[in-house]
Amino acid sequence: MKYLDEFRNPEIAKKIVDEIHTATTKDWVIMEVCGGQTHSIMKHGIDQLIPKSIELVHGPGCPVCVTPLEKIDKALAIAARDNVIFTSFGDMLRVPGSKKDLFMIKSEGGDVRIVYSPLDALKIAKDNPDKKVVFFAVGFETTAPLTAMAAWQANEQKINNFSLLVSHVLVPPAIIALQSSPQNRVNGYLAAGHVCTIMGLEEYYPLTEKYKLPIVATGFEPVDILEGILMVVKQLEEGRYEVENQYSRVVKREGNIPAMEVINKVFQISDQKWRGIGVIPHSGITLRDEMASYDAEKVFNINDISVDEPKECISGTILQGIKKPHECPAFGKKCTPKNPLGATMVSSEGACAAYYAYHRQENL
Amino acid sequence: MCLAIPGKVIEINEEQSIKMGKIDYAGTIKEACLAYVPEVEIGQYVIVHAGFALNVIDEEEAKKTFELWDEMTAKAAEEGLDIFGMPLKKENKG
Ligand code: SF4
Repeated sequence: MKYLDEFRNPEIAKKIVDEIHTATTKDWVIMEVCGGQTHSIMKHGIDQLIPKSIELVHGPGCPVCVTPLEKIDKALAIAARDNVIFTSFGDMLRVPGSKKDLFMIKSEGGDVRIVYSPLDALKIAKDNPDKKVVFFAVGFETTAPLTAMAAWQANEQKINNFSLLVSHVLVPPAIIALQSSPQNRVNGYLAAGHVCTIMGLEEYYPLTEKYKLPIVATGFEPVDILEGILMVVKQLEEGRYEVENQYSRVVKREGNIPAMEVINKVFQISDQKWRGIGVIPHSGITLRDEMASYDAEKVFNINDISVDEPKECISGTILQGIKKPHECPAFGKKCTPKNPLGATMVSSEGACAAYYAYHRQENL
Repeated sequence: MCLAIPGKVIEINEEQSIKMGKIDYAGTIKEACLAYVPEVEIGQYVIVHAGFALNVIDEEEAKKTFELWDEMTAKAAEEGLDIFGMPLKKENKG
């Protein structure tokens, strides 16, 4: 347990680790859905503190990683146009499209700006009425109410030079897709705390029933993750399958109702392609028909771009928990954070980048 | 991406009929949209993601998380960003 003393709260961490060891009698596979949790697990060596019979697999919960390649290419095509200000959260700029990334477009003269909030993008639109301002709306349920508010406000304030390039994904349909795959090995899930802050827990109840699956909404601190693992293990060992809330200090069962109302005014559920995985039914949201004038794909009339992923990148199987990053032949050789082949190496929340940063290839 | 950080609401105002406010994050003050926490009052703590308060949390909890500040800052720095997701260049802080 060489890492335990690095915990902010080593005594509590040790107590939970001991409890996990006592509770575990069988082999279990647990998936943390969220990339922030993957990062925390690697950084604190949580995978090495828990019993060997518990395998942690890393889920598709990194929005940067699952944004489809063709969406990135569309972003690049729009950002390269004259008269456009393309705005995005900072972590999308280095994600490789099929040929370039947003940083290259910026260095070639494109007006690409990093913003802190989608409302900042809206402000840029107000200040630059002669430009078309686009916000790259990427993220899970946590981020959807933010982009929804930007679109709603654009509509209310009649800001017509603003649009969204939307690539929003939803977590519960992804769990259904993983569970429906014949290769699935996952016995229980840690659900991402901040996603549940918005959506609440309701959607998970039918999943626990249907797939006999413990699902525990879990926070991001290392001690939260340990506690989430303990709660899943106890359920598995006792033959229970329930929705439990480890992160009750932030997550309420009903979620954030005002946020969901604005999401529903602006967006509708749609099928969505996930990078490396493919199309998952009902797993995304797109702008409602009445909001179509804020849809950048329509505003710029960008035809569907179809592109192939680099052949050697196996990030799709990694995002589904089937393979681990170090099993990829390119890992740490052709593919590094400086020179990423796939999106899971770009974002620090991507499993490949987390394994690389914390040298997980060596001792496995 | 889903990083959300706690801060204290120190000012509430209205802009284009949306509830906005100033949030104090361990000394750094920034604007945030408060439309999704309509019940929030000055002095309460909220969890903020990309300029939007997502939930009201209790003070104890917020203070605990402030201890995590360094760790979160370091994680963001690995991506070349500050804790608010902006590039690590002072003049770009907005
Ligand atoms: S190491 Fe690189 S090439 Fe291999 S799966 Fe990860 S991102 Fe793809």
